[in-house]
Amino acid sequence: MAATGVREETMIINMGPQHPSTHGVLRLVLELDGETVVSARPVVGYLHTGIEKNCEWRSWQQGVAFVTRMDYLSPFHNEMAYCLAVERLLGIEVPERARVIRVMLCELNRVASHLVWLATTALELGAISVMLYGFRERELILDIFEMASGLRMNHAYMRVGGLAMDLPDGATDLVRDFLGQMPGRIHEYEDLLSANPIWLERTRGVGYLSPRDAVALGATGPIIRGSGIDYDVRRTTPYGGYEDYEFDVPVLPDGDCYARYVVRMEEMKQSLWIVEQCLERLPDGPVKVDDPKIRFPGDLRVGPDGIGNSEQYVRHIMEESMEALINHFKLVTQGIRVPPGEVYQAVESPRGELGYYVVSDGTPRPYRVHVRDPSFANLQSLPLMVEGGLVADVVACTASVDPVMGGVDR
Amino acid sequence: MNPPELLEGLRRRFPDVQAARGEATVVVERSGLLEALAYLKDERDLSFDLLSDLTASDWPGRFPRYWLAYHLLSLEHRHRVRVKVGLAEDDATAPTVTGAYPTANWFEREVYDFYGVTFQGHPDLRRIIMPDDWEGYPLRKDYALGGVGTQYKGAFIPPVDERNA
Amino acid sequence: MPVERVAGVHTGRGSGADAEEEVRRGILVTTLEKAVNWARKQSMWPVTFGLACCAIEMMSAGAGNYDLARWGMEIFRASPRQSDLMIVAGRLSQKMAPVLRQVYDQMPEPKWVISMGVCASAGGMFTNYAVVQGVDTIVPVDVYVPGCPPRPEMLMYGILTLHEKVRTQGHLK
Repeated sequence: MAATGVREETMIINMGPQHPSTHGVLRLVLELDGETVVSARPVVGYLHTGIEKNCEWRSWQQGVAFVTRMDYLSPFHNEMAYCLAVERLLGIEVPERARVIRVMLCELNRVASHLVWLATTALELGAISVMLYGFRERELILDIFEMASGLRMNHAYMRVGGLAMDLPDGATDLVRDFLGQMPGRIHEYEDLLSANPIWLERTRGVGYLSPRDAVALGATGPIIRGSGIDYDVRRTTPYGGYEDYEFDVPVLPDGDCYARYVVRMEEMKQSLWIVEQCLERLPDGPVKVDDPKIRFPGDLRVGPDGIGNSEQYVRHIMEESMEALINHFKLVTQGIRVPPGEVYQAVESPRGELGYYVVSDGTPRPYRVHVRDPSFANLQSLPLMVEGGLVADVVACTASVDPVMGGVDR
Repeated sequence: MNPPELLEGLRRRFPDVQAARGEATVVVERSGLLEALAYLKDERDLSFDLLSDLTASDWPGRFPRYWLAYHLLSLEHRHRVRVKVGLAEDDATAPTVTGAYPTANWFEREVYDFYGVTFQGHPDLRRIIMPDDWEGYPLRKDYALGGVGTQYKGAFIPPVDERNA
Repeated sequence: MPVERVAGVHTGRGSGADAEEEVRRGILVTTLEKAVNWARKQSMWPVTFGLACCAIEMMSAGAGNYDLARWGMEIFRASPRQSDLMIVAGRLSQKMAPVLRQVYDQMPEPKWVISMGVCASAGGMFTNYAVVQGVDTIVPVDVYVPGCPPRPEMLMYGILTLHEKVRTQGHLK
């Protein structure tokens, strides 16, 4: 080298935070030697929203509206984990109907999130039509969510003590229609991609993560299951009724992007199976816990004032019972009181283990709400997957990690 | 939830084990933290090999002020434990656990970023979520929530932490 | 969709031959201006600036069901130098604010900004230290689309409002 006078240097390239392929505002500082990645450093924090601190200044029920916007592709999992954590602190159990509906919505959310993953991954790797198909199917699921909660995203539908409102008539029929259509569509995606030589070239053998590294780096979800370790929070430490449902947990030993793709496709099918079981066992009954100190009145019927109040309830608190009025007043102004203590509740979100560490000191406001987001830990495994590979593989690996920056930065 | 054998196994080694709401919490001193984590990882009946979460909470006015919480999971035995360490206000530093659990790298950076707790031996302790030149540690209780007041049609509503409700 | 039509046509004033010349020039400029405004609004290319949840609704608006390609906007250009519309979709954190300004500065004139969602318009539900309380503190905004997140139809209405604004109030420089 010295004889010819050629000087070799590595090139430092900044990818993001505004970039079409980084799944949100992720910044990757890549050091390149030609096309080979020598080192990759993720820089996060570009979507920090201060949600954890905000929760400390709001009531327990209002916390649901905040945490649902954290991991915005799986809002129901956020809500479920938070509500389960607070319910464990309160020491209450929600009614069976609420439990089943919660599981059903979480599994539908898993399918919706995996569809967005599939759509954006395919777009980045060049299969642009799959992007349109993924979003088309997602619209079907969002219709179901809109019917149940009124919103397509960021629902705040699950509340401490159950659900905000019961499912309207026709919701279960819509779910059944969806269950009829979806398996054929998943089959379509697999026909397009699973044996596609371009797809295989770009994902097979790319981004290898060994099982030991996955555990050491705390990567959970499809990443650890694509590396051969059978860890699914729904099976390992069941919650919210999952021990009663039959489903398989797909695990593949290969550890590359293709393995994670297969794991996620299989998970979609398993989720549909769980939703079917939910529909079969959906009982009648209340959707809120029976304790008047916790249950927020949410039976809204649009009255003549156009605002919406259950006339029965209003008559009860205004005319019939003084205690009910006082209770309602306290519920609305202060919120619920949670006994002091701390709890760690983990759920299986589409990206991995989503954990909520909730500390209460007995006041109507949370003392500390910490969210262990799966993408925060999963991103730590990205440099290991990418170093030594080519620049184009960085895109494939980031897509297979499926980070959602709202959760990483909170 | 955690079986009673886990509690028994923990009580054999640690003096301060609390059980509440189906969870086991081990409270250790900072000087014994690394040893405790090594024991929890290597002991065959416990084998906590995955660090799920590492975080802190701030209790101003109490001693110790900062409480670190390590949440561990055993993939083999399917149980969880929480390890808590208290740190005094004027001595808010702890040994790093990135040797045993490399995933703690970013979690410790986050605790430093939000609470100002330093970790000795950490390979790269700097802010991770806030901008690099940010002053202050946002999640401490004496740090204001921030935000601007809302003015609309003559009414003024102050930011959340300044309202009296 | 009902849209207000604002009359904004130049009228030349003067007398005699000068007036005629001016009127002719005025008509030429007006016609050219109308043509240019029409062309600008017909194919406005957005730059990808999706930040948080609103970005997903923006992607849904661009996908099959609520097709943005009807208005020539299905190509989201990655490079700001090739785009003329920036849809700030999502909450803007303090760390991201300089990046926003940099991307805005890199866009060539004429450029427009739609602030999508309440977080971009006014800080949303996050009145705290971490979120910039409205992107109009950093970049000039043309249309604000409220909602958390706004439905794709709401975003489309915001885009059509912007199109009307460009069509009627755009100026030839």
